[in-house]
Amino acid sequence: MAAKMTLIGGRSNKQGTSLCASKFGAEYIELSSTVEMNLEDMARLGLTNDSKVRLRSAVGEVVVRCKGRQTKDLPPGILFMTYGPVSSELMSSETAGTGMPISKNVEVEVEPVLVPASDGG
Amino acid sequence: MGENTKIVADATCTFCGCVCDDMVLTVDLEHHRIIKSENACVLGKAWFKEHGIEERPYALIDGREATTEEAVEEAAQILAEARFPIIYGLSDTTCEAQRVAVAIADMVGGNLDTTTSVCHGPSGIAFQGVGESTASLGEIKNRADMVVFWGGNPAEAHPRLFTRYAVTPKGMYVPNGKKDRTIVLVDVRRTLSTPVADIFVQVKPRSDFEVLWALRALVKGRKVDPSVEERTGVSLAVLEDLVTRMKSCNFGALLFGMGLTMNRGRHFNSGALLALATDLNEFTHWVAKPVRGHGNVTGADNVVSWQTGFPFGVNFARGYPRFNPGEFTTVDVLARGDADAALIIASDPASNFPKAAIEHLKRIPVITLDPKATHTSQLARVAFTTATYGISVAGTVYRMDDVPITLRPAFESPYPSDEQILTAIRERVRDLLGGNRLPAGTPLAATVS
Repeated sequence: MAAKMTLIGGRSNKQGTSLCASKFGAEYIELSSTVEMNLEDMARLGLTNDSKVRLRSAVGEVVVRCKGRQTKDLPPGILFMTYGPVSSELMSSETAGTGMPISKNVEVEVEPVLVPASDGG
Repeated sequence: MGENTKIVADATCTFCGCVCDDMVLTVDLEHHRIIKSENACVLGKAWFKEHGIEERPYALIDGREATTEEAVEEAAQILAEARFPIIYGLSDTTCEAQRVAVAIADMVGGNLDTTTSVCHGPSGIAFQGVGESTASLGEIKNRADMVVFWGGNPAEAHPRLFTRYAVTPKGMYVPNGKKDRTIVLVDVRRTLSTPVADIFVQVKPRSDFEVLWALRALVKGRKVDPSVEERTGVSLAVLEDLVTRMKSCNFGALLFGMGLTMNRGRHFNSGALLALATDLNEFTHWVAKPVRGHGNVTGADNVVSWQTGFPFGVNFARGYPRFNPGEFTTVDVLARGDADAALIIASDPASNFPKAAIEHLKRIPVITLDPKATHTSQLARVAFTTATYGISVAGTVYRMDDVPITLRPAFESPYPSDEQILTAIRERVRDLLGGNRLPAGTPLAATVS
């Protein structure tokens, strides 16, 4: 089951502090590989915190970990990820003559990644 | 205080565009690190803590350790031989280094662009079309009794924008600080910034332009159909209330983020907000400022503007500067596969550019200057380790409101500054080319004085 959602890229405190340490550090890699998702959307897709999901845009796809947010904080159908190498994979190079690729409001398909029981996941 | 520590007062944090210049740093001179940073926000504390002296090679050529001199020679050869070299980044270095980078671009007939093109570049385009009603952050602190944050999350990206300039500080005409201000936040989602706002306006994604245009209509006394709510998620009553408050305040400030520029509409969004500020000046005083990300991205705009006449996306291939976003901006140049060499200063496009652009970076010789290892330095032919500006390098940076600020370094670094490396590259390129490269197709007669 896949759902169409809108991905917003942005900054966060932890992303900012962890990139000062190193973009190759475990904290930065984990933060930039996590997508925040509305809890109702997660339930509908059979996802829980730390479930893996595949995000697919017109130009690329990534597998990330998901983290639930209440509806008052993140409306249904909206995803949030901190900027980084992972979110960039989903960004088109089309700039419409401005130089600016769109990294907010990227249309993505969201699909749970089934983990075999033997993986313990 | 031990013998091996010192205090640096009035030091400057260059993590973000707030460029707070009231830091009090305690420096461990023996271990070359900052052990305490009073007045810094959470981001500033991490910036100072994590920028000590790391044991890294002075330079790498194809991943092998090299001397600075060898790396300068290799970099100069790459730039002198390239037909379409690009120079990019510059938002996390001093104005002095930025100036030398412009000189190199001019000398090699290259393409010069800064991280502005993927930040507030669309706002830069809008400034040219609409104009900017501007103010310093000091004026906003002392006068603004209504502040609208649009499409940004300062609590996480620019924490002291709230506490030092625009929300809580007491000012000359707002003596009670936040109590004297109406704070509005416009965003598509709730963030850590939302609790600061007296009024939170949650817009539907891709609706900023429509909301701004509806506000403009209401400011001008035009009728707006209630169906605006269905399109934007914001009711007519909320918009009318907002306009009443905006027209009746004494001094209003619109501080806007990349929620406008990185979105569908881009420069049209920024332009609509700038036009709203202009409209409101029929009734009371309003200003609009983009909230800028990196510590000296505003300096990059200033330096590139005063040296070339344009703020970013400048090409020297014809021997004179031409400005054309979409053609000479780096994402476009790389995604088209035009560039045949790249000099990247204090930036990491390999971690934040679209895939098509990164793929081309992997195909061409890349030169990087950075205090830390980055995704871009890892794919570079030549990677210099440089000293961190503001911590080990003196110079000038511009705050997001275009106010220049002097840096007070905390300790010396064994690594050279960006300016020193760029100057050495410029001198060697000058030797190799015998002066500025002549544009392709220049008639021989044009070379005779």
